[in-house]
Amino acid sequence: MWWLWLIIAIAVLALAFIVFLFNKLVRFRNRVENAWHQIDVQLNRRADLIPNLVETVKGYAAHEKETLENVTQARAALMGAKTVGENAQAEGMLGQALKSLFAVAEAYPDLKANQNFLALQEELAGTENKISYARQFYNDSVMAYDIARQKFPANVIAGAFGFKEQREYFEPETPEARAVPKVEF
Amino acid sequence: MYEQIGANKWKSGLMMLFFLAFVVAIGYIIGLAWGGTSHPSYAFIGLGVATTIALIMSLVSYYKSDTVALSVAGAKPIEEYLNAPDWKPLAIRYDSAVEGLAIAAGIPKPAAYVIYDDAPNAFATGRNPQHSAIAATTGLLSVMNDQELQGVIGHEMSHIKNYDILLQTMTIVLLGTVILLSDIFLRTFWFGDSDESGGDAGWILMIIAIVLAILAPIIAQLIKLAISRRREYLADANGALLTRYPPGLADALLKISGDTKQLRRANKATAHMYIVQPLNSERGQRGSRFNRMFDTHPPIEDRVARLREMSGDFVPVQAPEAPVGAPGQ
Repeated sequence: MWWLWLIIAIAVLALAFIVFLFNKLVRFRNRVENAWHQIDVQLNRRADLIPNLVETVKGYAAHEKETLENVTQARAALMGAKTVGENAQAEGMLGQALKSLFAVAEAYPDLKANQNFLALQEELAGTENKISYARQFYNDSVMAYDIARQKFPANVIAGAFGFKEQREYFEPETPEARAVPKVEF
Repeated sequence: MYEQIGANKWKSGLMMLFFLAFVVAIGYIIGLAWGGTSHPSYAFIGLGVATTIALIMSLVSYYKSDTVALSVAGAKPIEEYLNAPDWKPLAIRYDSAVEGLAIAAGIPKPAAYVIYDDAPNAFATGRNPQHSAIAATTGLLSVMNDQELQGVIGHEMSHIKNYDILLQTMTIVLLGTVILLSDIFLRTFWFGDSDESGGDAGWILMIIAIVLAILAPIIAQLIKLAISRRREYLADANGALLTRYPPGLADALLKISGDTKQLRRANKATAHMYIVQPLNSERGQRGSRFNRMFDTHPPIEDRVARLREMSGDFVPVQAPEAPVGAPGQ
């Protein structure tokens, strides 16, 4: 009767292995969701910094109304964007507006020396980096999940339990975003 | 990049295994010689005692490692620098880098500390990612550009993510065990315990044990340093993966090693933690391969070469050809 015990042991081990793989896929899938929402956290932080920036610059360069308004409008557009296309467009606008703002600030040495402004500049640069890192981490999470899903023997289980492709890799939404930026003086 | 990470991982794993086997072997042989054929169990008792003592000593240092390391280095929390208006922009840049790279690594943000010193350098400490800290000197923060700073912080973040401080503590336990065993054995032998060990076989074993007892601490030290160097390469590779920009770290390493200012509060006990060997006396061409085995860090040229290898597609931009003759001629 020893062979019966052997079969039972193998069955138990196989079951344990399946449970292990299933839980691993669950973990990886949830990490992808988490990573996706973390990007929004950073995007919101950037949006929160902008009013402060506008106020600081206004204090020194009040007559640069147009530039300041562009920034405020771009931010509003970004917050109100509904579709992916609108989002991409708004991000582009904001990027341009901020670039012009900092270019304009070059002409105001008092502003450039202002501690608050310097701090805000660093904060903004830091936030842009954090957005990039959040997107990078999101892509890494997607890769880890896809690999786990596609490896053998996990792919058998993945199919059976419905672990589908969760989300896609983060891609620049418009072809313009992929193009090398033109530098014009 | 991924290949280098994989290679470094299994190589350091192998070294740890070898180290463990080495310690067990030493303990066994010494214990055996000690007890002789009449007390073969001494082998295991000796090993057990030494390991326990080394373990206790290390547990204390493990749990206190971050606070001790930070206070020895004179590191202050970053809040002090964030609240000083002059330092604020630099502090923000540093803080953002730490936070950003923690996001990229998927670990909780380590506490950021600053050391007031002109010599550029940095280290990471803490037993796991939840209780970790990174310290950087003001010299580093002012001299590095954005890519270089992120390269350095990426390297430190990788040390934390890879649990290198835990690994270091384990190697110290192993080293401590070996030293204790050899020490105790040599002492007791000196005071003539030899009448307990019997037989001719005992003599040969004795001689082997004595030679090993003298050499073992040195060999163990070399193994520990080899592991330390391997983990530095791994942290370089992982750091480059975090930033996706190997040239940043490469340039930072060159800048740091080119700077000859002596880091004030570094000493031999803490030197191994820093990203580049802080003690000028331990740096530079030490000549023979034998000497280099005693280094805590791999040579800078090697580290830079490996990073450049990862860069692959990045083509260095050459300066345009200089025209002949001064302008206006």
